[in-house]
Amino acid sequence: MRRRAGVGAIHKQKLEAERYKDKGTEIQENQFEQMTKQMEFLKTNLEEFADKHKNEIRKNATFRRQFTEMCAAIGVDPLASGKGVWSVLGMGDFYFELSIQIVEICLALGESTGGMLEISELKERLSRSRRQKSKQQEITIEDILLASKKLKIFGNSFQVHPLGKNRFIIQSIPGELSLQETKALTVAANQETGSITKSLLMKELGWNELRTQQATEKLISEGLVWIDEQNEYEPSYWFPSLFPDRKNVE
Amino acid sequence: MNRFEFAQAMLLDGEAVVIKHESVKLYDGHEKTLFEDGEAVLTTHRIFWGKAGEFSRGSHIIQLHHRHVKALDEEMGSSMFFGKKKRLVIRLHDPYPDKAPGPMEYSAATFIKLSGPSGISSNFIQALNETLMARVWQINLQVSSPSSPPRIKPRSGIGGIEKGLIEKHRQTDENLSMAFQDLNKLIGMAKEIVQTSKNISIKIRERQTDASEDETLKFKTLLMSLGIDDPVTKENFTNNNEYLRSLGNEICQSLLDVITEQGGMMTITEVYCRINRARGLELVSPEDVLDACKLLNGPMKLRQYPSGALILQLDNHNDEQVAEEVEQQVKEVNSMSIEECARLQHISVLLAHERFLIAERAGKVCRDESVEGLRFYPNLFLTQ
Repeated sequence: MRRRAGVGAIHKQKLEAERYKDKGTEIQENQFEQMTKQMEFLKTNLEEFADKHKNEIRKNATFRRQFTEMCAAIGVDPLASGKGVWSVLGMGDFYFELSIQIVEICLALGESTGGMLEISELKERLSRSRRQKSKQQEITIEDILLASKKLKIFGNSFQVHPLGKNRFIIQSIPGELSLQETKALTVAANQETGSITKSLLMKELGWNELRTQQATEKLISEGLVWIDEQNEYEPSYWFPSLFPDRKNVE
Repeated sequence: MNRFEFAQAMLLDGEAVVIKHESVKLYDGHEKTLFEDGEAVLTTHRIFWGKAGEFSRGSHIIQLHHRHVKALDEEMGSSMFFGKKKRLVIRLHDPYPDKAPGPMEYSAATFIKLSGPSGISSNFIQALNETLMARVWQINLQVSSPSSPPRIKPRSGIGGIEKGLIEKHRQTDENLSMAFQDLNKLIGMAKEIVQTSKNISIKIRERQTDASEDETLKFKTLLMSLGIDDPVTKENFTNNNEYLRSLGNEICQSLLDVITEQGGMMTITEVYCRINRARGLELVSPEDVLDACKLLNGPMKLRQYPSGALILQLDNHNDEQVAEEVEQQVKEVNSMSIEECARLQHISVLLAHERFLIAERAGKVCRDESVEGLRFYPNLFLTQ
C-alpha cells in the first residue's frame, strides 16, 4: 500500500500507535499476572523444600553458604525481610539470632577489648554459648561475616576490618578506624605477641618518625592500645583483643 | 474409581517407569472427581496418580494396577475456551476381592477417564497401549508387598556400628545431593522472577501513570518479599506498608518503658536486639526494624545524629533536657569520661557519647582530648 500523506495517514498512524500502546499495557498486565503466578509457584515449592530439607538448612554450613551465594548471584537478598518469601526456610531466624548473639558478646567484652574483637575468638565464644543452649549447629566464619554484614545498616557502630589471611576484627564501638590505624592493627595481628613498637611500624610499613608518633598517640588516646614501658629499648603497644592468651577462652 | 488403591510412591523390583503426564484430572465414569491437577506416572505394572512433590517424598498416593484394565478408548471433549481436547477412557473389570483399600470404595461406573488442561497426549495413550499389551506385571505376580527401603541388617559389635555409621553417612550424602538439586531448581525459578520484575520495573519507570496504584503496590510487595533491592520502586513504598506499621507499633509498645528508664534514648542496634529477643520466633531483619522505626510518628521517633548514630528517642525528651541533665552530672564530679557516664547511668557507651555531644553542642560542657583519652568538664568559659 502506498504511503499517503495528508490527514488520513496521520489518523492511521495515531490509531496504530494507540493500538501498540494498548498492546504494551496488555503485555505489562500479563507480566504482572505472570509474576504473581510465578511467585505463588515459588512459594509452594519453597514450602515443600523446607519440609523436605529442614535438617540440611539448619545443620549444614556448606549448604547455607551455597544458598546465600546463589541468591546473591541472581540479585536476591533472602535476609532482607523477616517476612519475605524465603523466611519459610528458617534462614532468617538463624542469621538474625546469630547477629544478636554477636552484638551481645561484643558488648559484654567491650571493656576488656576496647570494642575490637578478633573473629576467631568471637567464633569460639559463640560456639561455646550455643553449645550450652543445646543448639548443635556449627557456625563458620562466613556465617559470622554474613550476620555482621546485616548489622552494618545500623550505621557506623558495627564494622568488620579484614586483616588479610582470612583474619578479621569486629569493631563494635562507633568511630571510623583510619587507614593508618588499620595498618597498625594488621602489623600487630601478624606478631605472635599481638603488640607493636614504633620501630616495628617504621620497618614494616615504611613510615617516618613523625607519622609513627602521631599514629601511636591516636591509638592510645582512643583507647585501642595499652602502652607498655617495661621494655628496655622502647615502649610497646598492645591491642587487648590480640593478647596471645585470649586464644584460650575459659 | 473404586479400583484405585492406596500405595507408596516407590517402584517394585522389576518395575520401571514408562512415561509421565502432568496436570491430569480423574473422572469416575462421567463424573469429575476431586483428583485434579496431579501427575500420572505410567509404569510397567500400574498407573500412579499423585500431587507434585508427593512422588519425590515417597509419600502415599493412589494407583490403578493394570490388571483392572479391560480396554482403552478415546473421546474428544470440547469446551468453549480451550478447544477440543483428547480424553483417555479406561474401561475396567469388576473390582477384585483382593483389592487393597483405596480412595473410593463404591462406584457405579465401569470406566474412568483421564483428562487435562490440554487433554491427554497421544504419547501417553500409545505408551499405555503398549504397556498393557506387554503384560509385564503378569510375569511378576508378587503384588502385595511393596519393597521396603534397604534395611541395615542388625549386627552386633564394632562391625555393626561401623556399618551403621557408613549407612548413615551415605543417607546424609544422598539427602544433601538431593537438597542441592532441589535448591538449583528453586534458584532457577527465582531467577526467572527476578528477570520479569526487572522488565516490569523498567516499564514503571518509563510510563509512571499507566499501572494502577493497586498493581504497583502489589508489585512492590512482591519485590520486598523476594528481597530484591530496587531503589526506584522502593521509595514511597514503605509508607503504605501494613507489616512495617504493625512492627512499629510492636516496637513502641514493648520498648516504651525501657527507653524511658534509660533516659529516653536507645540505639537502634539495641532496639533490634530487644525486639527480637522479645519475639523469640519469627525474627525480624535489621532492614525491617530500620524501616519500621523510620515510619514512627508516635511517642518516639528515629533520629540521626551528626555523628551518624541512629537513635530512637522519646518525643517528650528533647535535646535541651538532655544537655541540662548532663551538665548537672558533670558538675557533681567536675570531670567525667564517657565510660564513667555509661557505667553511672547503666547505658551503652555509644549512648553516653551522644549525650555528651548534645550537651557540648549546647555549650554546657567542654571536652578535653589528650593522650589519656576524652573527658568532659563543665563549660566554665560561659559561666565565669
